[in-house]
Amino acid sequence: MTLTAADVDRIIALLDASRFDRLSLEMDGLKLDLVRNGAAPVAQPAPPPVAPAAPAALPPPTEVAMREAGLVEVKSPLLGIYYRAPRPGEPPFVEIGARVEPDTIIGIIEVMKLMNTARAGVSGEVVEILARNGELVEHGETLLFVRPDR
Amino acid sequence: MAIRRIFVANRGEIAVRILRTCRALGIETVLGVSEADRGSLGAEMADRVLCLGPAQPALSYLRIETVVQAALGSACDAIHPGYGFLSERADLARLCEAEDVIFIGPTADQIEAVGDKLRARAAAGAAGVPVIPGGAANSPEEAQALAEQIGVPLLVKAAGGGGGRGMKLVEQAEDLAATMDMASAEAEAAFGDARVYLERYVRSGRHIEVQVLGDGEGRVIHLGERDCSVQRRYQKLVEETPAPHLPPATRAAMHEAAIRFAARLSYRGAGTVEFLYDVPRDAFYFLEMNARIQVEHPVTEAVTGIDLIAEQIAIADGLGLGMAQQDIACDGAAIECRINAEDPEHDFAPSPGTISAVRWPTGEGIRVDTHIVDGARIPPFYDSMIAKVIAHGPDRATALARLRTALADVRIAGVATNLAFQQAVLADPDFARGGVDTGFLARFLDGAKAAA
Repeated sequence: MTLTAADVDRIIALLDASRFDRLSLEMDGLKLDLVRNGAAPVAQPAPPPVAPAAPAALPPPTEVAMREAGLVEVKSPLLGIYYRAPRPGEPPFVEIGARVEPDTIIGIIEVMKLMNTARAGVSGEVVEILARNGELVEHGETLLFVRPDR
Repeated sequence: MAIRRIFVANRGEIAVRILRTCRALGIETVLGVSEADRGSLGAEMADRVLCLGPAQPALSYLRIETVVQAALGSACDAIHPGYGFLSERADLARLCEAEDVIFIGPTADQIEAVGDKLRARAAAGAAGVPVIPGGAANSPEEAQALAEQIGVPLLVKAAGGGGGRGMKLVEQAEDLAATMDMASAEAEAAFGDARVYLERYVRSGRHIEVQVLGDGEGRVIHLGERDCSVQRRYQKLVEETPAPHLPPATRAAMHEAAIRFAARLSYRGAGTVEFLYDVPRDAFYFLEMNARIQVEHPVTEAVTGIDLIAEQIAIADGLGLGMAQQDIACDGAAIECRINAEDPEHDFAPSPGTISAVRWPTGEGIRVDTHIVDGARIPPFYDSMIAKVIAHGPDRATALARLRTALADVRIAGVATNLAFQQAVLADPDFARGGVDTGFLARFLDGAKAAA
């Protein structure tokens, strides 16, 4: 597992767009700590990102291999069109880093103009969002990953 | 061709059958599956697979909105409903019409017109197609009068029923009122429609149906008939074409009647007009029209050389009929045998499970339509039919000999099937003579029981 400079840029952008001040990412042999300007300093300084090694040509690693153990898949309860936000232009129900409770709404699944709410079903922190806004998801498709509370 | 991607809204052998023709035509496919069918042969063959919902049909295959959403969301131009499930649901056809997705089948109005047995009967009468003596009765007095006219034995049938569901036999006139009450209550519970009607009961009848194709503009052709008289509790087990020993004038009259019925509706697509052939009277009566592809369509394909699924797609695509009536030639005879995962030793109880090993026959004139391969699962939620073995030959005797040989070559391990039972049916001298009536199988079973 490597983390490219572009990956770090993306993560910074995600943090920037979120309402969180701090992000801590831990993967095999790698720890990344990001702190927003003006936020309270963290005790541990973030290590420099690992140097990338010709990332463009690499085939994407399997999704399973990329994820830490113990994450919970939040699956679509039905087939339909997935919407991340209540309305176009409004902020998404959840972003990466958001805390969710079992009844937290994580999206809307539309089936022929009938809007169904999808809920997290678990307590924890959203670490990855797979489903793309406005696209079809099938029954049982993983919408996002949550790191459950211990 | 405008149709480039088809959503297949079915499962099992018919899904595989539709996928095959799509492949041959270069049309992309998206298959909607339930959770239980993710690993099916159809799911392997389709270009894309979308899970519609859980295994229970009511939560997956029968969800009209989900199916249409899946088709729209995967950019399909058309939906093929197969048979069963949503194939004769006018709501699906209507929703497709509203959403600009091509429904591969008749119009919603046509489905409704033939789905309501009373309306279909009236339409048959209007088209000059003979119907069995009978009719609706709105009061006990009316029913009594009608029953006297028809004579006993007679049948009480549910207006919303079909395929053998929702009918009761009245042997004696004094039982009529009680039977009608019961039938009406049951029809309300089963079909949400309490209307019932009365009909003459034919003691010795054969089920003979005519395959038609209509362009939706009033042009209709027939592709010959099929005899489906080998039935157990109204479930067809063996089907063949042509109908053996049918007087030529009667056969021609049936074909003409089917065309008249479908043409009057300006029927669009493939459909089947079912008749009850009254053997002692050499008369036939309209039963119903099936507004879909049928399970037994391969026997027609075998003798005509026409791919009915391809014709359905072409018609749906607005290309009309690919042939005229005089282009249709029926070559020889074909017989189809349904192989079901059910145990004849235990009153034909369904036998779901996993197929550990299977071998299907090959050979001259043999065709097998199936979704069953080694390791295939037969979930308990669906129809028990796992394959259709079809034999074609220059004449009926050859087709039958080929079918017998083919069935002897079948090996199915892992679940109980009706294979041996079907072999016994094909070995029966009455069946071999041909032209058995719908009471044949019950007599055959009684005989088998008596011999045991």
